[in-house]
Amino acid sequence: MSGAGQMHTTTAASSRKPAGPTAFINARLVDPETNRDEPGGLYVKDGIIADLGASLRRNAPEGATVVDCKGRMLCPGLIDAQVFTGEPGYEHRETLKTASHSAAAGGVTTMIVMPDTDPVIDQVSLVDFIQRRARDNAIVHVHTMAAVTKGLKGEEMTEIGLLKRAGAVAFSNGKMSVANTRVMKNALLYGRDFGALIVHHTEDPYLAGSGAMNSGEVATRLGLPGVPKMAEIITIERDVRLVEMTGGRYHAATISCPESLAIIRQAKARGLNVTCGVSINHLTLNENDIGSYRTFLKVRPPLRNESDRAAMVAAVANGEIDTIVSSHDPQDADVKRRPFAEAADGAAGLETLLAAALRLHHSGDVALPTLLRPLTFNPAKLFGLPGGRLRKGAPADLILVDLDEPWVVNKDHLRSRSKNSPFDEAKMQGRVLRTLVDGETVFEFAAGR
Amino acid sequence: MAISAQKQSKSFTHRHLLSTEKLTVPEIEFLLDLADKNADSPPQAEKKRQVLRGRTHINLFFESSTRTQASFELAAKRLGADVMNMNVAASSVTKGETLIDTAITLNAMRPDIIVVRHHAAGAVELLSQKVDCSVINAGDGAHQHPTQALLDALTIRRAKGRIAGLSVAICGDILHSRVARSNIDVLNTMGARVRVIAPSTLLPAKPERLGVEVFTDMWKGIEGADVVMMLRLQRERMESSYVPSVREYFHFFGLDHEKLARAKPDALVMHPGPMNRGVEIASTIADDPRSVIREQVEMGVAVRMAVLEALAMNLPKSEAAKS
Repeated sequence: MSGAGQMHTTTAASSRKPAGPTAFINARLVDPETNRDEPGGLYVKDGIIADLGASLRRNAPEGATVVDCKGRMLCPGLIDAQVFTGEPGYEHRETLKTASHSAAAGGVTTMIVMPDTDPVIDQVSLVDFIQRRARDNAIVHVHTMAAVTKGLKGEEMTEIGLLKRAGAVAFSNGKMSVANTRVMKNALLYGRDFGALIVHHTEDPYLAGSGAMNSGEVATRLGLPGVPKMAEIITIERDVRLVEMTGGRYHAATISCPESLAIIRQAKARGLNVTCGVSINHLTLNENDIGSYRTFLKVRPPLRNESDRAAMVAAVANGEIDTIVSSHDPQDADVKRRPFAEAADGAAGLETLLAAALRLHHSGDVALPTLLRPLTFNPAKLFGLPGGRLRKGAPADLILVDLDEPWVVNKDHLRSRSKNSPFDEAKMQGRVLRTLVDGETVFEFAAGR
Repeated sequence: MAISAQKQSKSFTHRHLLSTEKLTVPEIEFLLDLADKNADSPPQAEKKRQVLRGRTHINLFFESSTRTQASFELAAKRLGADVMNMNVAASSVTKGETLIDTAITLNAMRPDIIVVRHHAAGAVELLSQKVDCSVINAGDGAHQHPTQALLDALTIRRAKGRIAGLSVAICGDILHSRVARSNIDVLNTMGARVRVIAPSTLLPAKPERLGVEVFTDMWKGIEGADVVMMLRLQRERMESSYVPSVREYFHFFGLDHEKLARAKPDALVMHPGPMNRGVEIASTIADDPRSVIREQVEMGVAVRMAVLEALAMNLPKSEAAKS
């Protein structure tokens, strides 16, 4: 995979206090890059991982602050490759700052934010704006995707070369698919010259129409217009052909059914530069959870049926899913407390991403390093970021996790400015105890919260 | 006179000049030698005025052009031809006449030479099949523009003393460029090494099959070039999503001092015109001593005179010439 060009690591809030060398001893080290899962210790100095391994399990280097992990998991912080915030334009829903606090509490140390803002992130000055606001206000790393078409209108492509130079890690049309095949082709082709990754929301807008949920029995019973899976399948099929034609780099942002996966699998087998992601919602929820018109479960792509969900989980287990994202999409009550078909799409998810993902571990479906890979190392590789791995010299973006602690989600306790969590009142097992970004502790769980 | 005509006609025996694709080295050299002489002799040289005396030369431009049409008109007039410019926009074409009917109508007027520019590739060849006179292609769609390639070759040869072995980088909208296609033919035939540089969206399919090296990174493509030939970028390309903006295009594919520094220090800078300063070429480079853009225009007349002379040698004797 060709890495991104130059990397602009947006350092999280400058207000963080510098920490001295810290030794994490007696930890369960889990590293998805190397498949490591063993007892050991890890030594952080100057914001980077200075050393790690079994030999450090009991022995802290001289002068280091010692943290006894008590056998709990120490792993790379999550890299969430699809986060919508409201900044700029919809700050009442979420700012980079509030999203970053939500991220830190959820074990996410890097957020990749989407260009669906007002104004749309389609110019160099707006990439600069995000980077500056993140540097000044966010407590985790923030990178931005830039719009692939001007104003996300799907008509004219943006200045991909200059935007990439400014630090955009990928190009996306946000929540909109690029319906115009020629525009999509040109974006892939032009982007290829710059090594640009095109991340696409794959839903044919004409087929999806005004659909409110997955097309099928549940939609029929609820009397809601459906979005057929074919809207996704056809778009991915088309896009893969365009990648074949252009040699571009392509990532299907969030797939939701095994038919889509089959297309991606074949494309990979043919050597195409194609990857795919799935949202945590599609791994842990299905259309039945909508129950009696619960709008917090109205998302795009829509939640599919149980066998689709199970197929997505199986794909995570066998490593076919490249990224798992929260698809964090804060929406306020005004746009959610409406009749289902009229309610806004989107679910908040940063803070529950890891806990929800751990359901797959606890159910025995997915081994830990395999589960963490699409949440850490894979997105790092895909977007050309230095984190997402336990390696000497890597940034000390780390999380300490109690894999077993039970808790119940209470949306009012979530740090996100919007409370539209589909997991409200859900039982979780596994909790982030401490989050470090560049070696600094940005979150520590305080019992009683 | 008869002997020299016979000797020369061995070198260029075609009735038309439609394409550069099949031109041979002797043919190209013959035309360039002839053009060289034209370029070196004062424009009012008396004997030149006789070559096309009594001949009717029609400029038939379906696409508007200032410099090419003027250049042909001047060349023909210097050779003594009667020149008629057909204003196609105001002609029967806009009344719905087909290209072939236009050709048949014009043919009935018994011209000797027709110079045609048309927006559709292949249109000039189609027209040439329906007339009895000589036809010169002054540009057909994105296909061919033979006299431009010849004048470029002449400009290079006069500045560098040779064409063979030179590295020529053609940069810009290769996809839509007839200038690029004709130049690739002529330069390759004459032994130059040709590179094309463009964003992938402005490259045609399989460009390497034209015998060129392909670059999408201008900094690399221009490295060590003897000649840098810039192409015009039309504004409509921006609206059709070929390139995102003028700013980005100039940044990555415009010729500025930084990129030109990668070429040989004595590299020639060429442009077929009309230039978009600040889009494909920095203004200061257009006016730089390395720029031969003005010479290209000058060579345009010399080359077109040479082509007209060469074709005239193969024309049946006219009434005027017999008398």
